[in-house]
Amino acid sequence: MAIDKKKDIKFLSNPNLGRNRKKYCRFKKTGIKYIDYKDPDFLLKFVNEQGKILPRRITGNSLKFQRKVSQAVKRARHIALLPYLADGLK
Amino acid sequence: MLKQYETVVIFSPLLSEDELKTAITGYTKWLKKNKAELVHQENWGLKQLAYPIANKHSGYYFVMEYKATNEVVGTLEVELVRDNEKVLRFLTVLLDKYALKYNDDKRAGLVGKTKRSASTRKVESVANETVEPKATNS
Repeated sequence: MAIDKKKDIKFLSNPNLGRNRKKYCRFKKTGIKYIDYKDPDFLLKFVNEQGKILPRRITGNSLKFQRKVSQAVKRARHIALLPYLADGLK
Repeated sequence: MLKQYETVVIFSPLLSEDELKTAITGYTKWLKKNKAELVHQENWGLKQLAYPIANKHSGYYFVMEYKATNEVVGTLEVELVRDNEKVLRFLTVLLDKYALKYNDDKRAGLVGKTKRSASTRKVESVANETVEPKATNS
């Protein structure tokens, strides 16, 4: 009975909207072991519009892979595949 | 102890095609002369730079992968620095085991699908395990 009553409750808005989804490390999830510094299109996911490396709290990367990402981005910058400073990268 | 390295070189866009070719063969031959084993070389051609280097907005990218000792890598970098009229920039990276696997997969045409190949391998190994005990039972 209780379950039926719960189903009958009507919400004004979707109650799941405010809840933020759990973040995860995409490298651990997909099993990527090596981040290629020669692939700027992929590295663009971890960089904001100004070309700065995004923090872990936004990307959700584990510390291990955040270190590898930042290393790869810095290498890509050195060989001019990514800019050191940019305006409107995306 | 030989380790595998990867060097990306950006050549000046002012070079003619012949000059570029001679420069590239010069480096590959130099490596062979110094007992380094060239594993792979790749020419990306003329590419736009993300920011100007030495007032140039484009450059010829060349990637070479080789097995060498650390002394050879040091002297190669000295050569590259001396050759600053042709070479805009270079980067040498030591490849770890994951990088080696990634590069092999990339050459085999599995770029971006390394994850899939890993999962299929797992499936295969599981299949083999399941088959083996049956064979021993029969």
